[in-house]
Amino acid sequence: MKVVVDMDKCQNHGQCVFAAPDVFRLDDGAQLVHVSHPDDALRDDVEEAADVCPMQAILIEGSEP
Amino acid sequence: MTARVVVAGASLGGLRAAERLRAAGWTGAITVVGDEPHMPYNRPPLSKEVLAGSAPFESLAFTPRASAADVRWRLGTRITAARLNERVLTLDGGEELAFDGLVVATGLRARRLRCAGPSGPGSGRHTLRTLADARALRSRLTRPGTRLVVVGAGFIGCEVAATAVGLGVARVTVVDTEPLPMLRPLGELLARALLHRHERRGVRFALGAGVAGFRGDTRITGVALSDGRVLDADVVVEAVGARPNTEWLEGNGLDLTDGVLTDGHLRAGGLAHVVAVGDVARFPNARYDSVPRRVEHWSIPGDAAKCAASTLLAGLAGHPPPPAPFTPLPTFWSDQHDFRLQSFGTPELGTGDIRVLHGDPAGDVVVGHHSGGHLVGVVSLGNPAASAAAARHRARLLSQPSLLPQGAAP
Repeated sequence: MKVVVDMDKCQNHGQCVFAAPDVFRLDDGAQLVHVSHPDDALRDDVEEAADVCPMQAILIEGSEP
Repeated sequence: MTARVVVAGASLGGLRAAERLRAAGWTGAITVVGDEPHMPYNRPPLSKEVLAGSAPFESLAFTPRASAADVRWRLGTRITAARLNERVLTLDGGEELAFDGLVVATGLRARRLRCAGPSGPGSGRHTLRTLADARALRSRLTRPGTRLVVVGAGFIGCEVAATAVGLGVARVTVVDTEPLPMLRPLGELLARALLHRHERRGVRFALGAGVAGFRGDTRITGVALSDGRVLDADVVVEAVGARPNTEWLEGNGLDLTDGVLTDGHLRAGGLAHVVAVGDVARFPNARYDSVPRRVEHWSIPGDAAKCAASTLLAGLAGHPPPPAPFTPLPTFWSDQHDFRLQSFGTPELGTGDIRVLHGDPAGDVVVGHHSGGHLVGVVSLGNPAASAAAARHRARLLSQPSLLPQGAAP
């Protein structure tokens, strides 16, 4: 699974951090950073993170399990 | 015939409901009926990026989950009536659509002002709820020399005013009967700070007054206020709230007073085969108390869809709903000018006891709203670091006791 964040869209709302804290976090400057290739076991969390992004900036690439 | 769930409404709540029905194991047919011609799209950018011209309309469409690929979309189709006990909907044109389970997700429409003066297309009066609304308003605001009056200093009104200033609109005035913008959700401390920030960036306010009428023949030339003032205007945005789209449900014994009343599991009218999600649902949230409320926040449709899908599938199988009721932690944000309001919890329940948690109202600030001594909401105003600071209180909000009177049933 590959996670892509469209940084032109991302406005650092941080909702993804609540949904998938192992994949997304806000750094010391409150900017979003993320793991590009998380373990497939985290797919549900990442899908939730993509759903709750107010800017719809998170894309998940790679076939479903 | 295979069993079918109909989702009434093709916005965020309708899409998420369809996806969550699949996720919860529904293998029957799903039909989503929506009256707009578009697939579900994201509305928050309408008053900001879309109005400013920095996001193309096409960028707003949601990407449905793969699990919802076989959902049937009936777009550009209005539901005119429902017979819930017979499990039949009537569509415009007279067609009847049978269902086994129904998800009500028909949302809201903009409320309009009823007062004398020009009205209708071309009059200069606008609302902002749909893509079509945003397109029409943008085309008017980009004309040089435009004087804009925004009626209503809530979320949409304040965002439109900020975007209009950014677009270089010649004069932007916000009218509201309340003495401060966004007073009800924010409370006085932040509302006052918000007012000053808008004024410093060029937004004018006419507060404590309502609209008495519009001036002009076929086109708006001014807005007459209840205190006698008249504001020159070429364009008016009516941002005075929204009304639930529930007329099609009348005659079924549901409580449709301000939306569809549901129980704590989002069932409508005690029916096992009808649930409601999104802005149209008026539900109790035992996290706070037992008062059913509609919550017009972006996060609610997605949260509600999860609960409603489980409730509906249990109901269709003849089982009681899952034990956990719907107890979302609401969250909202509002981007205006170069700052953001970020809220977690339900600050409007605690506007009588507001404490500064970080910073200073003149700069970046985080405040806590309390009720009965308990933290019920945290709101930040300022830069991204302030929003992040507010977010750090989220776990505290989740662990607060309910505001239900002691001994009351949840």
